[in-house]
Amino acid sequence: MSSTEKRNLNDKDIQVILGTLLRAGVIISMSIVLIGGAIFLVHNQGGITDYKVFKPELSNFSSIAAIFKGVLTFQGDAIIQFGILMLIFTPIARIVFAVFSFLIERDYLYVLIGFIILAIITISLNGGLAH
Amino acid sequence: MSVLLFTIIVLLGAFLAGLLGSLTGLGGGVIIIPLLTLALGVDIHYAIGASIVSVIATSSGSAAAYVKEGITNIRIGMFLEIATTVGAVCGAIVAVYLNANYIAIIFGCILIFSAIMTLKKKVDHSTLDESDKWAKFFKLNGSYPDKGIEHKYAVKHVPGGFLMMLFAGTLSGLLGIGSGALKVIAMDNIMRLPFKVSTTTSNFMMGVTAAASAVVYLHRGQIDPGIAMPVCIGVLTGASLGSKVLLKTKTDKLKIVFAIVVTFLALQMIYKGISGL
Repeated sequence: MSSTEKRNLNDKDIQVILGTLLRAGVIISMSIVLIGGAIFLVHNQGGITDYKVFKPELSNFSSIAAIFKGVLTFQGDAIIQFGILMLIFTPIARIVFAVFSFLIERDYLYVLIGFIILAIITISLNGGLAH
Repeated sequence: MSVLLFTIIVLLGAFLAGLLGSLTGLGGGVIIIPLLTLALGVDIHYAIGASIVSVIATSSGSAAAYVKEGITNIRIGMFLEIATTVGAVCGAIVAVYLNANYIAIIFGCILIFSAIMTLKKKVDHSTLDESDKWAKFFKLNGSYPDKGIEHKYAVKHVPGGFLMMLFAGTLSGLLGIGSGALKVIAMDNIMRLPFKVSTTTSNFMMGVTAAASAVVYLHRGQIDPGIAMPVCIGVLTGASLGSKVLLKTKTDKLKIVFAIVVTFLALQMIYKGISGL
């Protein structure tokens, strides 16, 4: 009985940390998007929007390398995209954290499941499937 | 349209979408996409890319609150995430090659289905029968606290639920939505989870599922900063306000009015899609 209680307590602690991690990720990444948005609007407010037809070749920030390059030159749209990138990584970081916590709990089946999810995302991240 | 005006209109629209989406349980994504495509003439590929980003923001933001209450079953969530992420990546890849008109038609159908689902009375199918061997193997059975009492529950029909999640994930990746309505079917009706556990766990999974397809969209240039910025800020603030209002008000009438509006939007999308073929 005492061992199951201890386990529940562990689970609860992990869940609290997970929740905090998610919220912090959302707040930080949305703040970056907001800052990038302000810079973007100051520079482009008079521009004309054109989203009628999907033109993937016109996208300047469709890779992580391009986004970082744009952030270094302080471009508003690159900073927005960087914030979005951080937002995308928030739930992924949550899985990484879950893998560690299951490792501590010695629940190797769920360590494996966590790795499978990360593998699926990594494969799509490398863009091998997207092109 | 000038960039500033476009940003302000989308910001307001996304705020409303997030607010109504959280009040009715429909989600912000399914409302912002018709708004962008029908009212502002944005190509559906861009609308989907922006919507998926807002799905990550709202689900991660509210998952934080649920996880702390200890209702989310992380094991069920992670186990089913295998299905939803595989589906999401496949759906996102298909979306890249699919004609915008076909996407609009599929979207319209799912929108009508989701609207009907929000009106249907929920029936609690939860059970204590722990006979499912898959549930035992993956340690999915659990308990949740409610008013100081621990309620136990057992999970049934794991393979069926897994398959349904694969489908939900595919639609999520294809259409850029959380596909909460389908996840509820998989968890409530097939796997027999109690509401409290299924809604929070499905929300918890949405972030990872959306992240898997967002990665594909990003590579394809479907996430445009000019649209994604006002959409995710607007939907997130609207949804946060909605979840606060939700605790104090009854939403039955709102749901009916909203289901009618959404069905109208859906028919318009289907019509536009068919006439564009």
